[in-house]
Amino acid sequence: MDFHLTKEQEMVRKMYREFAETEVKPLAEEIDEEERFPMETVEKMAKLGMMGIYFPKEYGGAGGDVLSYAMCVEELAKVCGTTAVIVSAHTSLCCAPIFEHGTEEQKKKYLPDLLSGKKIGAFGLTEPNAGTDASGQQTTAVLEGDHYVLNGSKCFITNGTVAETFVVFAMTDKKLGNHGISAFIVEKSFPGFSVGKHEKKMGIRGSSTCDLIFEDCIVPKENLLGQEGKGFKIAMMTLDGGRIGIAAQALGLGEGAINEAVKYTQERVQFKKRLSQFQNTQFQLADMHTRMQAAQYLVYAAAMKKQNHENYSMDAAMAKLFAAESASDVTRRAVQLFGGYGYTREYPVERMMRDAKITEIYEGTSEVQRMVISSHLGVK
Amino acid sequence: MKIIVCVKQVPDTSGKVAVNPDGTLNRASMAAITNPDDLNAVEAALVLKEQTGAEVIVVSMGPPPAEGMLREVMARGVDRAILVSAREFGGSDTYATSQILAAAIDKIGVDKDDIVMCGRQAIDGDTAQVGPQIAEKLGLPQVSYAAEIVKEGDTITVKRMLEDGYMTIKVKTPCLITCIKELNTPRYMSVGGIYECWSKPYEIFDYNTLKDHPFIDKDTIGLSGSPTNILTSFTPPQKGAGMMLEGADKATCDKLAGILAAKHMI
Repeated sequence: MDFHLTKEQEMVRKMYREFAETEVKPLAEEIDEEERFPMETVEKMAKLGMMGIYFPKEYGGAGGDVLSYAMCVEELAKVCGTTAVIVSAHTSLCCAPIFEHGTEEQKKKYLPDLLSGKKIGAFGLTEPNAGTDASGQQTTAVLEGDHYVLNGSKCFITNGTVAETFVVFAMTDKKLGNHGISAFIVEKSFPGFSVGKHEKKMGIRGSSTCDLIFEDCIVPKENLLGQEGKGFKIAMMTLDGGRIGIAAQALGLGEGAINEAVKYTQERVQFKKRLSQFQNTQFQLADMHTRMQAAQYLVYAAAMKKQNHENYSMDAAMAKLFAAESASDVTRRAVQLFGGYGYTREYPVERMMRDAKITEIYEGTSEVQRMVISSHLGVK
Repeated sequence: MKIIVCVKQVPDTSGKVAVNPDGTLNRASMAAITNPDDLNAVEAALVLKEQTGAEVIVVSMGPPPAEGMLREVMARGVDRAILVSAREFGGSDTYATSQILAAAIDKIGVDKDDIVMCGRQAIDGDTAQVGPQIAEKLGLPQVSYAAEIVKEGDTITVKRMLEDGYMTIKVKTPCLITCIKELNTPRYMSVGGIYECWSKPYEIFDYNTLKDHPFIDKDTIGLSGSPTNILTSFTPPQKGAGMMLEGADKATCDKLAGILAAKHMI
């Protein structure tokens, strides 16, 4: 596989890196500490086309490619896991399913505002009793004349409090199990829709995570996304793409922790030597970098396959599994290299370690990724 | 209306400055960046473009790899770029460079409502001579050190920032303005801009393109035509870090007075 970046990809990486260092890094500690959604950063990213990177210009996208999107999430995550997931959830979980499964009318109605970043998007699949077992949806949608009536609730919804457009899943026919799930485009302003409690989390604390509540929520019939009963398939396809985003987030977190550790171990002196002069430090950093480099290859390969319209489901699962577990391992080792200082909030590595943990859980746990990979191998 | 902006690719002097044994800069071992003041000029041009719909053209003199820099500037919103590049132009000092750039700008054409913009100075040479010399060659009125630019019709009001204050000057187009970093904050490249910039118009003006222009004379261009001889290059010593006192209370004022008195300044 050719891993040479195109000249456009080299340029966008340079831009993302400058933007992340100048605009995102200075806020990372504050938004974590205050659990504050960085709306000012989203507005800046929107102006630069970062909220619609790989979508065509005709719908208001930036006309880039999937790898340049993954690199954006990666570069943001190097300095701030929160900002990275805001872009990832918006792009992969809301813009992508509307672009890939929406009618021309739906695309024209919703994509320009989403891709230009004027509105933020979110995705509602998880429920209190339907997490990894997404087929256990209890939210229902009943067709009544020209609209559906939705009842139920969703939980752990990234971007939930700030989003204005949601892709939501509900049972239209319980008897059919997975085949009875349908997808809908729901606007925040629809009657009967409300946002519930905000979760207090271990990491990515600046991101908004909340419940969505549907009480006789009226959704126009034309907001059915794809066909009735095809919602589960849309959800799984969407999560395949989402995994590239989360894998890129994990990748960035691990790389960011290595950058911090390389810098710190060259400054910190113990036993009259810089930490970087100890073989343990050198070997730790060598292993950490090797793991993240391998993760990068997996993430980029999955992104390029999606771009080329190849089947990338297993690649995305492998990329997320490996990048997430590597990020958790690498950020934990970075804290260890920092010693006591690493455990304090004075340095960013403890935040990176907290942020990395979620990448093993959301958009499919590591265990789910193993299920996906083994099913592709035909192991039953 | 056109705005022609001169930009230069320079070695990044914010990191380690490498100097050759002969005292000249070792450009090959240093990263190349767009001269920071030039980006302020580009930003000012793009703001005027948003206000007036003007076409923004960048011109640079340098070796062919400078194309990368020019594409980056186009990714910020510049419409087209011209690279002035020829062996005959190599080694030019500020006098020769401004003649060549003036010829290139003259070839593009400066009409009644056009503006030429430059950064105040390049961080590699720190001369601040090229902009004003281009203006002289082209017979354009010039305003240097612009910290604020307001255009109304064919009149531009420029606030010049000097060491000890400001000077406000009104000038009619066509004119040349040199820009300083206090003027604005250069925008980032945008994702869409990056994917567009490689298909925007890009031209090279080589020796043959410009050789018939009256400014181009073999005796006054390139290394041999440059009257400047470089004796040595050096990094200017860093200024010491300043001290900030915050607050408007008496204690702060007393502290300030005490520091100034200790230095025999008051």
